[in-house]
Amino acid sequence: MNRGVDLRRYFGFFPMTLLCLFILYAPLIIVTVYSLNDSRSITSWEGISLRWYAEIFTGPESEKFRKAAWNSLTIAVMAATTATIIATAAAIGMIRGGSFRGKSASFALISLPIMVPEIVTAVATLIFFSAIGFKLGTLSILVAHIVFCIPFAYMPINARLQGIDASYEEAAHDLYASRWQIFWHVMMPIMSPGIISGFLLAFIISLDDFIITNFVKGAGVETLPTAIFGSVKQGIKPNIMALSTLLLLLSILLVTASYFVGQRREKPVPTNQKPETEA
Amino acid sequence: MSETAIQLESVRKDFGDFTALSEVSFEISDNEFFTLLGPSGCGKTTLLRLIAGFLNTTGGTIRLFGEEIEALPPNKRPINTVFQNYALFPHMTVRDNIGFGLSMLGWSRSDVATRVDEMVSMVKLDQFAERRPSQLSGGQQQRVALARAMAPKPKVLLLDEPLSALDLKLRQEMRLELKRLQNETGITFIFVTHDQEEALSMSDRIAVMSAGKVQQIGSAVDIYEFPENRFVAGFIGETNLIEAEVIDASADALTCQLVNGAVLTARSLHEITKGQKGWVSIRPERMTLSKTKPKGNSLSGTLTGATYLGTDNQYAVGLTDDLSLNVRHQNRTSVGAAMTTGEPVHISIADNAARFLVD
Repeated sequence: MNRGVDLRRYFGFFPMTLLCLFILYAPLIIVTVYSLNDSRSITSWEGISLRWYAEIFTGPESEKFRKAAWNSLTIAVMAATTATIIATAAAIGMIRGGSFRGKSASFALISLPIMVPEIVTAVATLIFFSAIGFKLGTLSILVAHIVFCIPFAYMPINARLQGIDASYEEAAHDLYASRWQIFWHVMMPIMSPGIISGFLLAFIISLDDFIITNFVKGAGVETLPTAIFGSVKQGIKPNIMALSTLLLLLSILLVTASYFVGQRREKPVPTNQKPETEA
Repeated sequence: MSETAIQLESVRKDFGDFTALSEVSFEISDNEFFTLLGPSGCGKTTLLRLIAGFLNTTGGTIRLFGEEIEALPPNKRPINTVFQNYALFPHMTVRDNIGFGLSMLGWSRSDVATRVDEMVSMVKLDQFAERRPSQLSGGQQQRVALARAMAPKPKVLLLDEPLSALDLKLRQEMRLELKRLQNETGITFIFVTHDQEEALSMSDRIAVMSAGKVQQIGSAVDIYEFPENRFVAGFIGETNLIEAEVIDASADALTCQLVNGAVLTARSLHEITKGQKGWVSIRPERMTLSKTKPKGNSLSGTLTGATYLGTDNQYAVGLTDDLSLNVRHQNRTSVGAAMTTGEPVHISIADNAARFLVD
């Protein structure tokens, strides 16, 4: 390491780092801490209690939250599954399909939705649905979620597939495997860390989406984010903080799981490696 | 004469405007250890991939035991490949890797297990059968790749520079190992390499390739002793090439006048007529230096350089200002050591050592 370019030597590096971390995490920490507050007020501290967590499941809003959570979960599972299948097919087509006209344009088109402002996608989707007469409801939310989840599922799968040498497929093909057998017995297992990461990412993105969902959900259908928003409009109550904290925990759990899946899976054997030990 | 395993007829392969192979025609017999030898980019790997089925020919025919295989995908050809990077499946154990081809062929679980046991002990990997490829050394991975490709008892085994990733000592061991496996199994081997020593030491026959064409096919002795052209003479071992013209073709040896005016007798694989221009090729180790003019085929010049190489002494002898020959003496006598640079010397050329090449 060249000491001259070591960032840590710059003046103010450490305070700046602390400031950034504080801005990023302070709100989350405050919400988490106050979710354990025994008070009805969201500002004054009156000791630790789990009453607001209990309130989510038993309080007057519990029925609404239960329904919304169920909607969110089913939509997230279905949207992430469908998006992952489509993204896997797209990645195989893009990376193993050889060169074809418009390949870089296709790649741009797949990743563009990540960069388009979400509100634009939301308005466009709503206009499109009403133009074709698609009834707004759970199904319209699901379709919209599948679409915007695809690029998020695509990125890790694409990255993984890029690192897999094409000779594995050739070897399997040479050893009498048909196209499907190559996919099931060789490609899927080797790609699986990427596929699982892609699925988890898509799942979280879907679970957490508010803007697009709010536009296309139709009357009476709520997901957890829209239900929380509806609830907050009538004033912030501590039970919302408890609910947010639960969602945060779920996200942390999934991200951690996705990280360990990526770590634990064996990496492809580096080609032409030098022997480490000799028999 | 044994059966023909692979027959190539005017095989051609184009990649866009680039012709990777053209007019490749030859036959490989059953049980033969056949090597495709050439520098990188000569088309040897392309030819291997055409036989395996990973590429389709642009023209010509490939037959396997008399049957055209062009229309068959790789999984329908009873031919297996040992890949240069081994391509072992990282998520499977050694056993599962070796048994993969058999399972795909629909063998029963117990038959697969029996055959895998056989292969594992054949390549001496008994203690490593339950390991993953990443837990093996390069040499062990190489053995797994061999066992995996040989387990389904292919009619032909293709080996794409399989030893190039190993270090020198292991490479030499594996040469003997490959030869042993080929003898034991009787499978036809087609081995691709750019390493002439590998080719010479293992092969029954060698096809020397360059620029998408087969330059010469023959045994190790054939291609070294009787090269077809300048490329073969220069690629296999070292040689001296001197421009020459045939001035008498009446006797059974050709009388050639070298570019410096000296006259030599040389032999050729082909019918040559008087006036033919070409090159005379003489291997460095087939010449002997002496201070007195020897009998028979000889040349004279000035010793311009001497290099001590341990097993050999290497001498540079200038015939004219811009024509110099490379001569090697094995380090058995002190004859060479007594020579000093700047002295006039005579070069005696061994019988049959001078070859006349047309191109």
